[in-house]
Amino acid sequence: MKINFKLNEKNISVDAPPMKRLLDVLREDLGLTGSKEGCGEGECGACSIMLDKQLVNSCLVPIAQCEGASILTIEGLGTEENLHPIQQAFLECGGAQCGICTPGMVMASFDLLKKNSNPTVSQIQTGLAGNLCRCTGYVKIIDSVTKAAETFK
Amino acid sequence: MRGLTPDYEMKTPKNIKEALQILSTNSGEWQLFAGGTDLMVSYEAGKLTHKKFLNINALHELKGFVVNDQEILIGGGCTFTQIKNHPIIQQEFPLLVNSAEATGAIAIQNRATIGGNIANMSPAADTPPVLIAYNADLILLSSKGYRIVNYTQFHKGYKRADLRADEIIMAIKIHRHQGISHSYYRKVGTRAAQSISKVCLAGVACVFRGQNIEWIQIGLGSVAPIPMQAIQTEHFLNEKDLTHENIQQARNILMDEIHPIDDIRSEAKYRKTVAGNLLTEFLESLKK
Ligand SMILES: Cc1cc2nc3c(=O)[nH]c(=O)nc-3n(C[C@@H](O)[C@@H](O)[C@H](O)COP(=O)(O)OP(=O)(O)OC[C@H]3O[C@@H](n4cnc5c(N)ncnc54)[C@H](O)[C@@H]3O)c2cc1C
Ligand code: FES
Ligand code: FES
Repeated sequence: MKINFKLNEKNISVDAPPMKRLLDVLREDLGLTGSKEGCGEGECGACSIMLDKQLVNSCLVPIAQCEGASILTIEGLGTEENLHPIQQAFLECGGAQCGICTPGMVMASFDLLKKNSNPTVSQIQTGLAGNLCRCTGYVKIIDSVTKAAETFK
Repeated sequence: MRGLTPDYEMKTPKNIKEALQILSTNSGEWQLFAGGTDLMVSYEAGKLTHKKFLNINALHELKGFVVNDQEILIGGGCTFTQIKNHPIIQQEFPLLVNSAEATGAIAIQNRATIGGNIANMSPAADTPPVLIAYNADLILLSSKGYRIVNYTQFHKGYKRADLRADEIIMAIKIHRHQGISHSYYRKVGTRAAQSISKVCLAGVACVFRGQNIEWIQIGLGSVAPIPMQAIQTEHFLNEKDLTHENIQQARNILMDEIHPIDDIRSEAKYRKTVAGNLLTEFLESLKK
């Protein structure tokens, strides 16, 4: 089945079975391996992306539901040469260790800061509640988001 | 393990009419697919029961809210994010905001629909107790027309309900002027976000001078094979004073009335105690 959508500002078309998960299309068909698979069942947030300006878990989205959609992944947010301010903040505050959760954390932070440019710690916790990290203990992640918020203001 | 991806079909109807047409000849081979937050988890676990899915997620007929003087209609395809952000719901139906916020984290709330939450028929879902408390009606649509089912009569047994394979949950209807003076919602789970409820209680009441209960309606999750209305407890409490003895007796009636499905005895007993505690907390709050 042919599916047309916008990915990181570019119009693209993929040929995939309708129930193929968006996460697998991104990683396998399109070579965008920034989005990670942690759990495959909506619990960990490692696969978080923006679908039509809303944060979603790409492991729970069948590709057929992306027809005509606009998708933003971590690759569209920043590049190695030109980091997004949130990525820069994670780098500076030690918000990433092994890095598996980081793309999802950055996307969830992006979604949060878009809606609320000056979040409290508790609002950051709610915004990132769907994202699990096994390394950092979260304190440095919260610091990173607080720091990123300063550049958003 | 997930089945082979190419084995599954998904069709996106142009409008609700086309969806109903496909369903009218449905002898069970097509399954509705909305936000996919339940179905994709089953898919991953290799537990899907169907191979053909009808994608109703983009049908705008299922998406909006209709508000008139008497009632609010919530489209079956509305997500919990849309529900918790709706101004009338925020003002008049705060328990729906509470349950929407308790449903997974933000990325789940952005996809999970209220129609899917109901149709999934989980006894542990967080919004059904609220729909019981608010005495909601379901508007069910098929190619033959629509029918209205009171939500307290919808569930018939574990994963069984008054819903045919050719029907879509079109909307949820709630009356706006019920004369509610107090409302209460609490979900007891393990992890704050994403946790399956251990026990959830939603209640509304009309209380006269912090003393006498004129009427009360209570819904519970995870205490029976279906989302459950505490009918005997309500019956006892209607037109009663909020005395210590009455609260105590209501708690005993509730703990007798509910039937947690858990086989492990201590687990069932624990759920009963938690439900009793939540009821006591709710009833105490009515004095204020
Ligand atoms: C990580 C995670 C955490 C969660 N946490 C919670 C929680 O805390 N509390 C809670 O209550 N739930 C929770 N859920 C489940 C919740 O997301 C679902 O129950 C959701 O509301 C189902 O809606 P959906 O649109 O995603 O349904 P789908 O998965 O698309 O469908 C579910 C079922 O409903 C049927 N269906 C869908 N729409 C309709 C309709 N309009 N008419 C008739 N039938 C229909 C489908 O055929 C299917 O049988 C969680 C899920 C995940 C993955
Ligand atoms: S991989 Fe999608 S939420 Fe864990
Ligand atoms: S940095 Fe390793 S899981 Fe978060």
